[in-house]
Amino acid sequence: MAAVKTFEILAPGPLTTVQDCGRFGFGAYGVPVSGAMDSFSLRIGNLLVGNAENEACLEITVVGPRIMGLIDPEIVVTGADLYPHINADPLKMWCSHFIRKGEVLSFKGLRNGCRAYLAVTGGIHVKSIMGSKSTNLSAGFGGFEGRSLRAGDILFSNPSHCSPKTETWALQEDDIPADPADQSIRVIFGPQDDHFPSKTREIFLDATFRVTPQSDRTGIRLAGPPIEAKKNLGKSIISEGVVPGTIQIPGDAQPIIILGETVTGGYRKIATIASADLPFLGQVKPGDTVNFHRVSIDEAYQAIREQEKRINKLKEKMRAK
Amino acid sequence: MLFKNPVYRKMGDCSLLVEVGDEIDIDVNQKVRELFAGLKTDPLVGVLDTVPGYRSLLIIFDPLETTLRQIQEEVQHLLRTLDPSQLPEPKTMEVPVVYGGEYGPDLKWVADYHGITPEEVIRFHTGHTYHVYMIGFMPGYPYMGELPEEIVTPRRETPRTVVPRGSVGLAQKQIGIYSTQSPGGWQIIGWTPLILFDSARWPPGLLEMGDQVKFYAIKEEELVNWQQ
Repeated sequence: MAAVKTFEILAPGPLTTVQDCGRFGFGAYGVPVSGAMDSFSLRIGNLLVGNAENEACLEITVVGPRIMGLIDPEIVVTGADLYPHINADPLKMWCSHFIRKGEVLSFKGLRNGCRAYLAVTGGIHVKSIMGSKSTNLSAGFGGFEGRSLRAGDILFSNPSHCSPKTETWALQEDDIPADPADQSIRVIFGPQDDHFPSKTREIFLDATFRVTPQSDRTGIRLAGPPIEAKKNLGKSIISEGVVPGTIQIPGDAQPIIILGETVTGGYRKIATIASADLPFLGQVKPGDTVNFHRVSIDEAYQAIREQEKRINKLKEKMRAK
Repeated sequence: MLFKNPVYRKMGDCSLLVEVGDEIDIDVNQKVRELFAGLKTDPLVGVLDTVPGYRSLLIIFDPLETTLRQIQEEVQHLLRTLDPSQLPEPKTMEVPVVYGGEYGPDLKWVADYHGITPEEVIRFHTGHTYHVYMIGFMPGYPYMGELPEEIVTPRRETPRTVVPRGSVGLAQKQIGIYSTQSPGGWQIIGWTPLILFDSARWPPGLLEMGDQVKFYAIKEEELVNWQQ
């Protein structure tokens, strides 16, 4: 079955891109993971419309687009609350909904978080490049023509693999992630925590950092007390691979949390976010504050297992319907 | 110096940094390449990606399938059994460059900095074969070295907001080629028509770590030979 014209973008918003769970395996070519900044919301969104978790969705940043339905697809909006509406009526988030041809999805303003996800039955139809449908903005490939959406773009969706659902699915209130603002985020020290005096490491854990406007999909830039390395060390280190969530300290001693658009870096890294808390980072926006608390590697593994258990339980609940 | 035993550093709960030496050095980088190739031949369970650096290999894995401890043990075992003679020969790539003018807006500055002529800078630059230490910063961007002492030049004081794709830049002893347009602070001495990264090509990157690169000068008029 061929893909079908599903959405027309009437207004794109400042940064609306096609993303899935990311592109892995090409780090040696300098290709970063990209993908949804809040993978939890993307995965749940897909599940709510009957997709596999890793299908391509739209990632919507801070200001929502206006999107017209060209058929009657089932959709869901998850992640940040940008106050979504269908025509004049508020749309319940984390709850799937059949829109009608000609209806317009719009967003009336940010209420919490940073990035919303729009999932559609069958997934957004784009080519998989190097194993992923995610948009790589810096090199201009993947996603929809390697770029963020523009007014007039027509998006196709894939025909659904399963028999079409006839009822809507919703995530229960208790399972919806809390407002991500002002969260304490779990970190594991390293890889270069030994480059910082113990006093600096304490300052790092005690401090409250403000997220600056220079933050984007490459990194979250923080402002707070200076995180100074040991005096006898140079400003930078020999460049090495990095992962999303690692916290580098450049020459100005203000931390940058690396996100998904870069594979290497030349600054020392005091700590790295626990994987289970990475989806929170996707919901952090300029003006928010963050602070860090240290966990052991075993606690981090425990957290990630609990998160997966939660997602698996949701999957079972949905299958049981 | 190549470490007798690698230093293992955790980068969060899903990646392990294996440092095999403490400096930018061919032998150290060669060891990274051996380990990288070894992991490609015998992939470890749960590994999602490996990123070679100058002196380290970053191994990224799925923490639901394996653990840091497990990966470290497997890497230690692999290092004991690595057979460097199995490594494929690195390829040598000749890279055409239009030097100076609008293609290399910093060529004159680099020449003046060293008190030599632009032609001499070009002669030094084309007179050596360079080693690709790693790919990073952006898809397909090669970090190469070592530049001859005579033209070792600091980065620009003010980075440019736009450096065109194909620009050949210098920073201290390193050479890079901008594989996509981006901001950048390296001294741009020339431009190559070669496409360093193309997501529709296999492999997508023209250069890989360990490759050998030699630059040669071409004239602007010759660029038609590389038009697609």
